[in-house]
Amino acid sequence: MPEVRALDYHGSERLTMNMGPQHPSAHGVFRAILTLEGETVVGVDAVIGYLHRCHEKLAETLAYVQYPSIASKTDYVAAMSSELAYVMAAEKIGQFEVPKRAQYLRVLMGELQRIASHCLWLGTWCMDMGGALGGGATIFLYCIRERELVLDLFESLVGARLLYGFHQVGGVRYDLPEGWTTQCRSTVDLIEQRLGEYEAMLEDNPFFTMRTKGVGIVSKELAQDIGISGPLLRGSGINFDLRRNQPYSSYEDFQFRVPVETDGDCHARYRVRMVEFRESIKIIRQILDGLPEGPISSRPGVKSLAQVKVPKGEAYARVEGPRGEVGCYLVADGTNKPYRMKWRGASFSNLAVLPHILPGCSVADVVAIMGSVDPVFGEVDR
Amino acid sequence: MTVDRARELFGSVAGVTVTAGIASVVAQVAPEHWEGAARFAKDTLGCAFFSFLTAIDWKADGLEIVAWVDNLDANLSIQLRTKLGAGQIACASLTGVYRGADWMERECYDMFGVQFAGHPGLRRILLADDWEGHPLLKSYAVDTPHPPYR
Repeated sequence: MPEVRALDYHGSERLTMNMGPQHPSAHGVFRAILTLEGETVVGVDAVIGYLHRCHEKLAETLAYVQYPSIASKTDYVAAMSSELAYVMAAEKIGQFEVPKRAQYLRVLMGELQRIASHCLWLGTWCMDMGGALGGGATIFLYCIRERELVLDLFESLVGARLLYGFHQVGGVRYDLPEGWTTQCRSTVDLIEQRLGEYEAMLEDNPFFTMRTKGVGIVSKELAQDIGISGPLLRGSGINFDLRRNQPYSSYEDFQFRVPVETDGDCHARYRVRMVEFRESIKIIRQILDGLPEGPISSRPGVKSLAQVKVPKGEAYARVEGPRGEVGCYLVADGTNKPYRMKWRGASFSNLAVLPHILPGCSVADVVAIMGSVDPVFGEVDR
Repeated sequence: MTVDRARELFGSVAGVTVTAGIASVVAQVAPEHWEGAARFAKDTLGCAFFSFLTAIDWKADGLEIVAWVDNLDANLSIQLRTKLGAGQIACASLTGVYRGADWMERECYDMFGVQFAGHPGLRRILLADDWEGHPLLKSYAVDTPHPPYR
C-alpha cells in the first residue's frame, strides 16, 4: 500500500494582484487591485484618474465657441456624441434654433459614430478574450477594417479621423461634400453584410458562448441604482433609450427598434450592441433618403470668442452615445463662458458597476466583463 | 406617476420645496432632509435610476449640491438641490439610497472638498491622494502651481 500524501492547503491564502494600470485588457489606463483566493476574485478596488485633465475646470475658462472641439476629447472613441451634448446644453439655455438639416446631420453623424465605436468595442473585446476566438486578432482586424471605412467618411467631411469639431452652437460646421452620400450608402451596405459574418464566427464558437453566457450578471435593480446606461442597461432588461424616450435632434422622425435583453450578462450586452449596429444602419438610410435642404447652422461661422453669449440659466442635455447617457449639465451666467459645467460620462457610471459584480468571478472573467462594459478612459477620467 | 402627481407628493415632504426648473420636478431640499428626500424620490416616486451628483460653487453663497434621478418607466426626471450654506462643506451621503452615489460623491469630494457624512470610503478618485486643494472651487486658480510638475 503506497503512502498517500495530502497537501495541507485549502486555498485560504489571499493574494493581492494589480491588474493595470497598464494592462492590455484595460482598454486604457485603469488599475484594478484584485484580492484573490486562488483564481477567484474576492475583492476589488478600482483606481481611475490616470487620464484626468479636469475638463470641467477647462470648460469654465473656454468660450462656448472654443469648447466643442475640446469636448471631443472626453470620449475620444465617440467624439460626435460628447460634442453634441455640450452644444445642445448651450442651445437649450439660449433657446438657439437649430435648422432641420443640421439636426439630421447630427443624427447621421451620431449613428455613424455608434457603428464606428461598436466596431472598436467588438474587435478589442474579442481580442481580450484571446486565442479561442479565431486566433484572437482575426476579428479585431476585421472590425478595425470596417471602422476605417466610417472614419474615411468623417475625414472627407471634416478633415479629421478621431476628433472632429463638427458641432457648433446653433448647428454644424460642415455640409456634406459631393459624392459623400453615395460613399456612405456603400459603406453601410458593406458593414451590414459583414455583421452576419461576425455573428456566425462568434456564436458558432463554443468558447465564445462559454466565456460570455452567465458571466458578469448585472441585475435590473443594480443597473438603475448605479446609473449604468446604454447597451448595459438594455442588456439588463430595462427598455430605455434616450433617442426614443426623450427624443432630441429630431430622432422622433425616424423608425428604429430598441433592443432589450433580459439576461444581464456579457452575452446579453453583446446581443444588444449587435442589434444596435443594424438599427443605426436603418436610421442612416432613412436620413440619406430624406435629408432636407437648407442652412446647416442658425448662426454664422466662428469669428470671435464673444460671438456666442448664453443668457443666465441652466440646462441638462443628455445624448444616447454608443456607451450610454452622455450628459452635460451647464450653468450659464450670461457671459461667453459657462459658470459651471458637469460631464456625466457614460463610461464613468458604467465602470462603477465593476466593484459590485466582479467578486466571485475568476480572473479570466474580469477581462471578459471589463470588455463588455466598453469603458473609454478619456470619458471616465475626463 | 404623472409629473403633476409627483410635484404634489414631493411638495408635501418635510424640508422640500418644489420649484420650476429644467427637470420635470425640481426639489429644493433643506440640507438636513437631503437623504430623506432622495429616499422619497426613490421609494415613493419610483426614481430608481441615479444619473449624476455634483456641486456648484456659488462663491460667497457657498456650495450647492445637485443630483439628478429618473423614473425610467414614467419618463420622470427629478433634480434634487440643496444649499449647504456659506463656508459649509458638510452634507449627508446618498450612498445608503443609491449605490451609484459612491463614485459621484468621491468625485464631488475630490473636486469641491464636500464632506459626505456616512460615505463608506470618502477619498479622492480622479486626482492623486497627495493632491492639495479642490480644483473646481472658484477660489482655486487655473494656474495654481503643483510641484514638482509646475
